[in-house]
Amino acid sequence: MAKIYFTDEHEWIRVEGTTATVGITKYAQEQLGDLVFIDLPKVGKTVTKGGASVVVESVKAASDVYAPVDGHIIEVNDAVVSDPQLVNSAPESDGWLWKMTLSDPSQLEGMMDEAAYLKMVA
Amino acid sequence: MSDEPLKELYLKLLHESAGAKFGGFAGWNMPLFYSLGVMKEHLFCREQAGLFDISHMKLFMVEGEFVDAMLMRACPIDAAAIAVSESKYTFLLNEAAGMIDDLIVSRFSPTRFLIVANASRAVVDEQRLRAVADGYGCTLTPLDRVFLALQGPAAAQVAKDIGLDVDALTFMHAVELNDGVIATRSGYTGEDGFEIALPMDKAEAFAQKLIADPRVEWIGLAARDSLRLEAGLCLYGNDMDESVDPVSAALIWAVPKNIRQGGGFIGAQAFEHILAAGAATKRVGLKPEGRQPVRGGALLFSESGDPIGRVTSGGFGPSVNHPVAMGYVPKALATPGTIVFADVRGTKVPVSVHPLPFTPHNYFRG
Repeated sequence: MAKIYFTDEHEWIRVEGTTATVGITKYAQEQLGDLVFIDLPKVGKTVTKGGASVVVESVKAASDVYAPVDGHIIEVNDAVVSDPQLVNSAPESDGWLWKMTLSDPSQLEGMMDEAAYLKMVA
Repeated sequence: MSDEPLKELYLKLLHESAGAKFGGFAGWNMPLFYSLGVMKEHLFCREQAGLFDISHMKLFMVEGEFVDAMLMRACPIDAAAIAVSESKYTFLLNEAAGMIDDLIVSRFSPTRFLIVANASRAVVDEQRLRAVADGYGCTLTPLDRVFLALQGPAAAQVAKDIGLDVDALTFMHAVELNDGVIATRSGYTGEDGFEIALPMDKAEAFAQKLIADPRVEWIGLAARDSLRLEAGLCLYGNDMDESVDPVSAALIWAVPKNIRQGGGFIGAQAFEHILAAGAATKRVGLKPEGRQPVRGGALLFSESGDPIGRVTSGGFGPSVNHPVAMGYVPKALATPGTIVFADVRGTKVPVSVHPLPFTPHNYFRG
């Protein structure tokens, strides 16, 4: 059973066993506006919690997306590279950014659930 | 920046009800984009008509018997040659010919001009203009108006349909209509259109009437920026500032030939000197290879890795469907097609010098 957590940097992480899918929240995409370019990491890259992993560029500005936990990249979503606006239209489903392993699942402790996150951005 | 609270637009509630997301710009809380989103707003403006609230820009009326002489001192402009209802793009220069601001001046009578200035420079401009005006016995009056821009190929028909008599108004002309309303045929998108200044009590009804038209959508500051960038138009504070002269900025066309030498404007001596010696750098269009935008502030390098200049504005051009930018390079590298390299977070992105504008201007010249 997958469980979804949220960070204060407006990423979501859906955990299934020892791997997880990461993307940005609906709120984050609303703030960024229409995306035009996404620079995804290479598969195999090691990422650390809080480290910048991806750059998303809207018409107006570039923003970093941070890795919510330690691990390495096992898959990236090529669909958002060819159509960055997929992240605008479906940020929490088809517009996911990357899949990764979790080297330290205890890093998930204390992260927000959806209700807590929605309260933060309300 | 100051800690002063942001100034609010008079029509703020109207923008909120249209789904505006706000952000600070030049001391004002401005709509950045609406529910349509920056990409669709940009394209809508190029296809139909966009409505912009540009009330952050500052309007002044300057009046006096010697107003021509006053303006010819304040700006590198041949004010005496400007006919009633004609508008000109010009600057305030410092003694080194650096640009204090860029302005549009429009003559309304033999003794009276309208001046439109940038929000970020309103205070500095007013001091400068007032100092010069005092010396020529002219009065400078700031106007409190709601200032709207209607831009796009449908703008003229939309304006006519709500009863604005704009048929005789061609590009870079201005008129005073009834009840303190001022309309100019100009804008900052590269499209045909108008900038309309309205007394506060008339503004809301006027804006409501425009936005009720299905050919019109509100457009935020984000799309205003991508529209002007595609049109090759400078943003003060990005592409021009007090360290940049009009020759380097490729804006020499705005200085009439008869005053390029021996002009009486502030900065004339430095300007003549720069013109004679030739500017070392030049503002050019830049087209990054690929899809990744190159932003203002990115440094530019030659093929051999030497720093040669910088990007002053950059983003994505929704109409041309590729990244667009402007920046300054040495004159020898300013020829279209020349490849230079922009540093984007440590990666050198090839960028070709590109003619401006990126999208053709669609001005109505009659």
